[in-house]
Amino acid sequence: MIGEIDLDKAKKAIGDRSQFIHGDTAVAYGALLAGCRFFGGYPITPASEIAEKMAELLPKIGGKYIQMEDELGSIASVIGSSWAGAKAMTATSGPGFSLMQENIGFAHMSETPLVLANVQRSGPSTGQPTLGAQGDVMQVQYGSHGDFAAIALSPNNIQETLDLTIKSFNLAEKYRTPVMLMISADLGHMREMVEIPDEVETFERKEPKVSPEEYIPFGKGEYGKEKVPEFGIFGKGFRTYVTGLTHDEKGFPATDDQEDHDNLIRRQVEKITDDREELTDIERRRLDDAEKVIISYGITSRSAMGALKEGRNRGEKLGYLRLKTLWPFPKHVIKEISEQVDKIIVAELNLGQIYHKVAEHAECEVALADKIGGEVHSPEEILAEV
Amino acid sequence: MAEEQKFETEEKVERKQKTGMINAKELEEKYLRKGMMPHIFCTGCGIGTVLGLTLRAMEEIDMDLDNTVFLSGIGCSSRLPGYIDVDSLHTTHGRALAFATGVKITNPDLNVVIFTGDGDCIGIGGNHFIHAARRNIDITVIAVNNYIYGMTGGQVAPTTPEGDYATTAPHGNVEPPFDMSEMAMSAGATYVARWDLTKPVQPMKSIKEGLENKGMSFIELLSPCTTAYARQNKVGDIQEFWEWYDDRTMLAEEYEFEEEFSPMEEWEEIKEKMKIGVLKHEEKKSLGERMQEKIEEVKI
Repeated sequence: MIGEIDLDKAKKAIGDRSQFIHGDTAVAYGALLAGCRFFGGYPITPASEIAEKMAELLPKIGGKYIQMEDELGSIASVIGSSWAGAKAMTATSGPGFSLMQENIGFAHMSETPLVLANVQRSGPSTGQPTLGAQGDVMQVQYGSHGDFAAIALSPNNIQETLDLTIKSFNLAEKYRTPVMLMISADLGHMREMVEIPDEVETFERKEPKVSPEEYIPFGKGEYGKEKVPEFGIFGKGFRTYVTGLTHDEKGFPATDDQEDHDNLIRRQVEKITDDREELTDIERRRLDDAEKVIISYGITSRSAMGALKEGRNRGEKLGYLRLKTLWPFPKHVIKEISEQVDKIIVAELNLGQIYHKVAEHAECEVALADKIGGEVHSPEEILAEV
Repeated sequence: MAEEQKFETEEKVERKQKTGMINAKELEEKYLRKGMMPHIFCTGCGIGTVLGLTLRAMEEIDMDLDNTVFLSGIGCSSRLPGYIDVDSLHTTHGRALAFATGVKITNPDLNVVIFTGDGDCIGIGGNHFIHAARRNIDITVIAVNNYIYGMTGGQVAPTTPEGDYATTAPHGNVEPPFDMSEMAMSAGATYVARWDLTKPVQPMKSIKEGLENKGMSFIELLSPCTTAYARQNKVGDIQEFWEWYDDRTMLAEEYEFEEEFSPMEEWEEIKEKMKIGVLKHEEKKSLGERMQEKIEEVKI
């Protein structure tokens, strides 16, 4: 089997406790600390540094790095690795993320835990490879065909990038699902001081405790979460059949039955959306007396913080809300806030993506402070929409 | 009871020694998933034969079923892992080898076997195929070549011979076909064999040798598609189909002999035939071995 998960070894490979590193390295460190022991990579700007760091450190602790022939292959190798028992990940950016969509759908359908770090850049197509954007925040939920519920997290600094990478692995294992860590070129290539945590809380995969005959790989969980079945790792005698076809609880194809499909997909979606509130991670500032609130996420929230301070200095009753959880979309929070304020301003590095979800659930006026082209907003550009 | 069991086992052993095979009923009991029957294959299709040959090869080497993973992509032959009672991953079209790479690297103790078809392997999955061969990863690929996209109803494939008919080549195929085994050999697979299914023993022997080879093994099996290919190309019934194969294939040794010694006009006819037999068998370090050596070198 792959190198055992040994936190001390991972810390030894990482080195100094305090380091001045960029976001891509923080993703790699977070992954190693969380117990990731397989990385299926494919080079792409601005995510390549994650693969480079994993290629350097994984073999040192008995883990495996492989550079696949393309992104279709890198995500596929990660799914294979996860079924063989490893905590596994890949990293990419927009064009690679587009290529991975089919197998991301397979990961949802087969309920395979994995982590995908997406260091976003602009598009469509090759766009601006070296510059940041937030162009994939809808693709992460709607990019693959059919119905599924994504979990996507969005940090706004380098320490948080490391911390949320660990959290991504924990959520992937807890919910038996792919988890997307959404950063952008700005964060991926920006350096800040980071503290490597001494203790790391990890969530380990729930394996079946029943006999192979009794094991239900795609039905109710016996313990842990009811809608999350246990995971029978390959080679342990469970003889699981894993398919992207609609399947019954035992995993056998059941492609012609309306009820089988409905049961399967609703359970897969609800295992995540039922926990929407628990999964929601939000930073709130100055909301008590706010009449208008800026909603942002990722790198853009740093501009929004500037806008908040500047606006308050000018006497505007502004508030700030940052989404660390993009998906499942925290619609309950949007509804609650929109009942308190007169106006919401959504700031994001695209021509309006999360804006549409906010507008769908808000009871008040919603404005969009959009920006594309590879530069982050100035606080003034956000204030112009206030 | 114990006596009866012992007797039955002895009888089985004796028969196995005599015939080299266990019977179909015993194969079914030991290897097949009951819940998956009936199977999806058409009358006269060769894929069931491929399954039988594979199971017999597994039986020959006494493969540990709890430590074996079968993978596949999409297509008729890709449904095979569903019928075998082992861990199995029925993946997306063309990607099985990439999934298999992740499985094998993560747990090198697992036996990893892939069923694929011609379209799955060299059409949509061509890139993964050549790179798996280049890496010489220790997996066994059993490729069912029926010259056509069968499951979707008979569209032209990268292996369809020039001039043949398909639903998307209604006026005859204008493209030359791919030779998957040649590709596997030149890309770096260490065991390559090709057989048509009219041969009962040789394909099984090759699957067995492939499973035992510590590297990328590629076994191409020419298998009749009676529904989609035979009908459009007026091959006839299954017996005619099997004669058709005899006519279009030649043992590699004979082929090479003819290449050297037959007169030009005869060679012109012969050279269009497909070489069958064990086409390559060499020993070379597998990806897993090279990776493990590197880990030993750099580990902290």
